Amino acid sequence: MGGTMADKNDIGKVGKPITMRIEAGKIREFAKAIKDPNPVYYDENVAKAELGGVMPPPTFLMTLAHWDDGEGRPQVKMDLRRVLHGEQEFEYLGPIYAGDVLTAVTRVTDVYEKTGSRGGTMTFVVMETEFTNQKGEKVAVSRSTTIETGQVVAR
Amino acid sequence: MARQKLYFEDVKEGDELPSFTVENLTRTDFVKYAGASGDFNPIHHDQTFAEASGNPTVFAMGMLNAGILSRLITDYVGVAHLRKYRVRFATRVWPGDSVTCKGKVTKKMVENGEHIIEGEVVALNQKGEVAIQGSFRAALPARA
Repeated sequence: MGGTMADKNDIGKVGKPITMRIEAGKIREFAKAIKDPNPVYYDENVAKAELGGVMPPPTFLMTLAHWDDGEGRPQVKMDLRRVLHGEQEFEYLGPIYAGDVLTAVTRVTDVYEKTGSRGGTMTFVVMETEFTNQKGEKVAVSRSTTIETGQVVAR
Repeated sequence: MARQKLYFEDVKEGDELPSFTVENLTRTDFVKYAGASGDFNPIHHDQTFAEASGNPTVFAMGMLNAGILSRLITDYVGVAHLRKYRVRFATRVWPGDSVTCKGKVTKKMVENGEHIIEGEVVALNQKGEVAIQGSFRAALPARA
């Protein structure tokens, strides 16, 4: 298994900054996909009246993680067949509106191991992403914990 | 869909968030979320890959379920007032599963002049198993 799993040496690794324009159409598509019928995501006039503009749903920031071809993700070796998304956290520090241009920078903040309930070692990788808008304001931080199981995940 | 604005004074610790159920998630729903989010991990849409990974079939992205659950909170506090949202993924959600979202307010406080509420949320499948456990923090407008 040597070389195919994350380890402590990965802590501090940083991905390339990813820049994404927050678009109303993408927000609408995302709201539809999470089955949220709230008109603030579909009707710009309602959004303007209620919120001052179209705002993305809380988990929309995940789209930045998939916006590029993976360069935003720090280079940590993981086997997709053995990877589970364990936890996800978002902190919202300032408003985000359609039209804003966000830059996301992701770094590995922790890697640790635990023994699984069915034996085998599980490796936990914590990545933190900071989102900054076009004015240089930090508007959000996300923390993602990915678990790499010792073997192919089967249930 | 008339949404009333929630004020800090209207909330009590223990108050429940109005729950809802999303019935019968389909593979098409997973693909729609793949397109909307850009998450094309094949384990969520490719049967061959899912089987090679030891799964009977494809399953929902945790973040799709977290997105469905987020509506419970934003319907209650309003998306502009959310300060923190955290989820832990427990059981996977399979095609045909339903997801029921529930939550309650656990704490109410004034902090640095902000009117804060905190709460716990959960997404359950049709068997009552926990798919996601989560928590949130919001800063609400106050009348006073």
